[in-house]
Amino acid sequence: MSAALLEVEGLRVGFGNGTQAVRGISLSVARGETHCLVGESGCGKSVTSLAVMNLLARGAVRTAEGIRFEGREIAGLSEREMGKLRGDAMAMIFQEPMTSLNPAYTVGSQMAEVYVRHRGGSKAAALDRAAHLLGRVGITAPGMRLAQYPHQLSGGLRQRVMIAMALMCDPKLLIADEPTTALDVTVQAQILRLLQELQHELGLAILLITHDLGIVARMAHRVSVMYAGRVVESGPAAELFGRPTHPYTHGLLACVPVPGKIARGEPLGSIPGTVPKIGPGYSGCAFRERCSQAMPACGAGDVPGREAGPEHRYECHLGADWTARLAAEAAA
Amino acid sequence: MLIFLARRALLAMLVTLTVLTVSFMLTRLTGDLAIAIAGPQASQADVEIIRKAYGLDRPLLVQFVNWVTDAATGDLGRSFFYQEDVTKLISARLPVTLTLGLTGLSIAILTAIPLGIIAAMREGTLLDRGIMTIAVIGQAMPSFWLGLTLVIIFGLKLQWFPISGVETWQGFVLPGIVLAFSAIPALMRLTRSGMVDALASDYIRTARAKGLSRAAIVLKHALRNAAMPVVAISAVQLGFMLSGSIVIETVFSLHGVGYLGWEAIGKNDFPVVQSVVLFLATVFVVLTLLADLMNAALDPRLRTQ
Ligand SMILES: Nc1ncnc2c1ncn2[C@@H]1O[C@H](COP(=O)(O)OP(=O)(O)OP(=O)(O)O)[C@@H](O)[C@H]1O
Ligand SMILES: [Mg+2]
Repeated sequence: MSAALLEVEGLRVGFGNGTQAVRGISLSVARGETHCLVGESGCGKSVTSLAVMNLLARGAVRTAEGIRFEGREIAGLSEREMGKLRGDAMAMIFQEPMTSLNPAYTVGSQMAEVYVRHRGGSKAAALDRAAHLLGRVGITAPGMRLAQYPHQLSGGLRQRVMIAMALMCDPKLLIADEPTTALDVTVQAQILRLLQELQHELGLAILLITHDLGIVARMAHRVSVMYAGRVVESGPAAELFGRPTHPYTHGLLACVPVPGKIARGEPLGSIPGTVPKIGPGYSGCAFRERCSQAMPACGAGDVPGREAGPEHRYECHLGADWTARLAAEAAA
Repeated sequence: MLIFLARRALLAMLVTLTVLTVSFMLTRLTGDLAIAIAGPQASQADVEIIRKAYGLDRPLLVQFVNWVTDAATGDLGRSFFYQEDVTKLISARLPVTLTLGLTGLSIAILTAIPLGIIAAMREGTLLDRGIMTIAVIGQAMPSFWLGLTLVIIFGLKLQWFPISGVETWQGFVLPGIVLAFSAIPALMRLTRSGMVDALASDYIRTARAKGLSRAAIVLKHALRNAAMPVVAISAVQLGFMLSGSIVIETVFSLHGVGYLGWEAIGKNDFPVVQSVVLFLATVFVVLTLLADLMNAALDPRLRTQ
């Protein structure tokens, strides 16, 4: 396996109010690969992505054993040094398309700015590139859009502008936090196709955060399932979908209605309860209160990491064969 | 946009009309103007002559309508004391007052905005709290007291600046500083709170995600948005300054419009008094309109509706 483009090890993020949003996670994204980060609301996906870019809000404390980009340690970089990477080699699309553009400047000026900053050249040349990219994200009449202000654009258009803006400097790594939520399915399909094309053309690596397991199935080479600030299961997409091992992953997959597999009128699967707030000194498995397989060991101490297959890891007291065992017991 | 401006202009006219009425009423309510003008030694006959000469014998409504229609055509009447057209008196003193006001505003902006930005960037630190404490103290300081203190220190003791008059530009420095002090706290707070909001916004995170320089992030992306309310308030503050210049011009004996008004009050020169009030009110109204225009220029959401 070639060295990963982005390697995160032992990342932790805490907030001033005691919330431990990310509790020691590791993940890596290889060149030309899409790594999907999934998990329900509030489990720390956005915080993880912001932590990698070092764009966390004030009051957040980030520690990491290592954050390496192209083999270079970037956790200790100054804001100035990070600034050289951001927008250029690593770009980000935020979850909040409505508020992420500056209301005081035109779309064109905001898009051109990042290109001129990293690549130099004239604003006119940057605007040409901006128009080209707006076309690629499916915006008709890009010339007109460039002259408009954010408030003149719908949410879907703003989201596409953000995507195009992130692609201005041909990044090596794109971190995309729910990049298609405001888009209708056809546009969404077009954007995902564009990302795949760029992946083939330029070897773009993507860290893709999404709720939509359909998108995961379509895009992901590798998947990490997050729960309450931990990556509870990760592995190659086919492996993970074929052999989900953590009870939480099971629950997540059961939430997706699969046509044909689910009879009409049958209630959709859902995981009872909500993600607990994790403060300092929390111990044990954070999923235990919602887990159908919980046992006394889950109540305290560290949860062991286990292997379920090649590069397929999960964190649970249960052995990888627990589903099979359960099925056998039920049959007996 | 045009409707917005038309509405503002209509409002401005209403405000001006109200001020006309109030300034007219005030000068009439202070007693019998004819007696006041004639002076203590005048005989009853003299008073009657004066009453006729100034049209004070006519019904109040007629006097008011005359005053409004004349004012609308730029005729503010004649000063009793100077025996000159009030319009001329005011325009002769306008440059001093305007220079003073603009000096004050420039000093205020050049101090308040950088300090507000620094406080916002260091939000919650000792520096931030220090700057804001100074603002509170500044706000509590009466301008005549500050004026006299500056005169004593820089005018009399150090002799860096003249203590009165504006024969040279140095004459504007001390009164400009005093005037600026009245506006600095408000402008600084506004800049700070606007910048704190802007710096915490999603579009600033985007600017950082684009790898822009610190200067571009703070000055281009944050300040531009924080500036909108500051611009509006600056214009209003200039209005306050011009009206506040009555005190300052008196303390520093600057012969501007404020000084003229102050003298006229002492001399019962009511055409001058009501004209100065009208002038200051008009300035206020015009500046407010100007602030709306500048805001529209700064904020694309207002401009392109
Ligand atoms: N600035 C902050 N201050 C305090 N707590 C925060 C802050 N930002 C996030 N959190 C907390 O961190 C946790 C993780 O939030 P995060 O935004 O990463 O969730 P998410 O997985 O992206 O959820 P979603 O799918 O809804 O976007 C949440 O409990 C949230 O309340
Ligand atoms: Mg999120």
